[in-house]
Amino acid sequence: MKIHEFQAKELMKQKGIAVPLGKLATTVEEAVAAVKPLIEASGNKVVVVKSQIHAGGRGKGRFKEYPELGGVNVVLDGLKGGIEAAEAKVKELASKMLGSTLVTIQTGPEGKQVNKLYIEQGIDIAKELYLSIVLDRIQSRNTVMASTEGGTEIEIVAEESPEKILRETIDPAIGLASFQANRLALGLGLSGEALKSGKKFLLTLSNAAAALDTDLVEINPLVVTKQGQVMALDGKMSFDDNALFRHKDIAAMRDISEEDPAEVKAGEYGLNFIKLDGSIGCLVNGAGLAMATMDTIKHVGGEPANFLDVGGGATTENVTAAFKIITEDPNVKGIFVNIFGGIMQCDVIAEGVVTAVKEVGLDVPLVVRLEGTNVKAGRKIIDESGLKVVSAVDMKDGAQKIVELAK
Amino acid sequence: MSVLVNKDTRLLVQGLGRFGHFHADKSIAYGTNVVAAVHPSKAGQTAIFEGETDHSGVPNRADHYKEEVPIFATVKEAVAKTNANATVIFVPPPFAADAIMEAVEAEIPLIITITEGIPIMDMVKVKRYMEGKSSRLVGPNCPGVITPHECRIGIMPGYIHKAGKIGVVSRSGTLTYEAVFQLTNNGLGQTTAIGIGGDPVNGTNFIDCLTMFNDDPETKGVIMIGEIGGSAEEEAAEWIKTNMTKPVAAFIAGTTAPKGKRMGHAGAIISGGKGTAADKIAALESAGVVVAQTPSDMGDAMLEAIKKS
Repeated sequence: MKIHEFQAKELMKQKGIAVPLGKLATTVEEAVAAVKPLIEASGNKVVVVKSQIHAGGRGKGRFKEYPELGGVNVVLDGLKGGIEAAEAKVKELASKMLGSTLVTIQTGPEGKQVNKLYIEQGIDIAKELYLSIVLDRIQSRNTVMASTEGGTEIEIVAEESPEKILRETIDPAIGLASFQANRLALGLGLSGEALKSGKKFLLTLSNAAAALDTDLVEINPLVVTKQGQVMALDGKMSFDDNALFRHKDIAAMRDISEEDPAEVKAGEYGLNFIKLDGSIGCLVNGAGLAMATMDTIKHVGGEPANFLDVGGGATTENVTAAFKIITEDPNVKGIFVNIFGGIMQCDVIAEGVVTAVKEVGLDVPLVVRLEGTNVKAGRKIIDESGLKVVSAVDMKDGAQKIVELAK
Repeated sequence: MSVLVNKDTRLLVQGLGRFGHFHADKSIAYGTNVVAAVHPSKAGQTAIFEGETDHSGVPNRADHYKEEVPIFATVKEAVAKTNANATVIFVPPPFAADAIMEAVEAEIPLIITITEGIPIMDMVKVKRYMEGKSSRLVGPNCPGVITPHECRIGIMPGYIHKAGKIGVVSRSGTLTYEAVFQLTNNGLGQTTAIGIGGDPVNGTNFIDCLTMFNDDPETKGVIMIGEIGGSAEEEAAEWIKTNMTKPVAAFIAGTTAPKGKRMGHAGAIISGGKGTAADKIAALESAGVVVAQTPSDMGDAMLEAIKKS
């Protein structure tokens, strides 16, 4: 599960990790009202207005409605004109940004509507660094990655100058050891006050990552202020969905408006669903088979409209819901049901498909391939339903048939 | 011959909820020797399994079975009383890591974890706990392990399997069934089929299974089924290049998967441009592995790999 920057910073603050002062705003008025207290509390006349969406690349992103305007704006007007000038500029920016569509490298060309702004104090930056904590799958442990190349995407650094990425693996029984934090901080070129502050930052953040079951923590840039403090200027956090049961406060941070509505609906029925751009809807059991079904559709010349794994414990009701979600997509020109029953029983799937078609009707061709547990009962239900269904002998045959029929 | 499990496997079941009970029953119907169960609140009772024999399993059995399996409070006690040498874990995700560690502590040689949805940090700790211990973990989030006509542990449909000469190892349950079914239909059959699971942190990996199959005299070839995410397939390809003496066929799921999206399995995600199907296929092909274009071609790919060898 992803959260917004302002939420990540709230969590970091709770854990004692240094972040700038900031305030969330969902209206222009709230944005303006945030300016004065921020300037007064921080003593810095610069404020920053940051779009809050679940996608990276906001700084370099541009609004569809205002092609000159970026997703993150530093307001310097307060330096000469004082608080009122800063407020006026924030008002102008917020009225443009709120409700507009930000397109970044990660949102795709359709972009994402900005409904929340984070107004933050300005920071006197001495140095920009990079820091992240991710799972190293080979070692089965979390790893801290740090680099002096702050502000740059880490993939680019990894590609162009891999020697600039420092790594320390975290032993789950110990946590990040002090000597490792020291090695990282020295490697980042920190000294004096900043070395002390950096070590503390690293130790606190790596403990927080384990305690909060993060999937990813990325701080880019991590900054050293002119006062020698190490601070998270940006903050990206996502969480292991399977651990949310023990983090009710984090689960409550979910922002459904950032997710695809069909994917949200599917999730309510325990379905793994991902919307794609093609025309062949797929209903499959098992994640691997669902992916392979998409691949096979593509291989025989079609384009999948979705990934859909109904899971092992699906009931007739879940399958009916799955079928409805697929048929609601106007791009869908044909549906392929591909089942190899293991835990999932073919008759349950067949029952669900028949129920769904009777409820919602069916305007596009349907190909069904059933194999595995209770296959005979499943085929019988389909055969006796009177539905116009084309049967397939195996998955490639089914993919070929549906791609042909959907033309 | 086979790897990991056979007719001498004595199975313990951890987690006898509805799901665990259902699949323990299927295993007994198949002819698996289920010797004990662990369930703290049902300790002292017996679990009764009764039904029609699955004749695709262990041969020459009566049409009807009735087994009374003793339930113990702890794994250690179950092992002491019954000599169980393998365990299957159906315990719900929040408690599954603890169940695995309990089995490790009791020194059960083989621990097969079916549970899907165990928090990653729990598995990170489990792996740390297992360092220096003797147990082997298979899974989690896997269909289990089966040696046809000898022993079924997990949730796979037994009847699609047939004893033969191909080892199967896979990150995906349903794709394992596809491969197995094709091997049964084309006459090659299976020595053992192993689901290693779809989680990013798991026990047994591809290389472990390839090593076992390479050393097993009955296994004449291996099908390995991978998917997007991580680099286990690339590492396996490197290992195959220098060590594998038997033909290998493969399929990699997720050629059409979008980047940054988790495709059902916790471990199936292309992150930072790493872990794509294209990279994995290229690595395997450069190691001489025959990679099937679609899952329907896995059986043929195996035949081709054997022919080439």
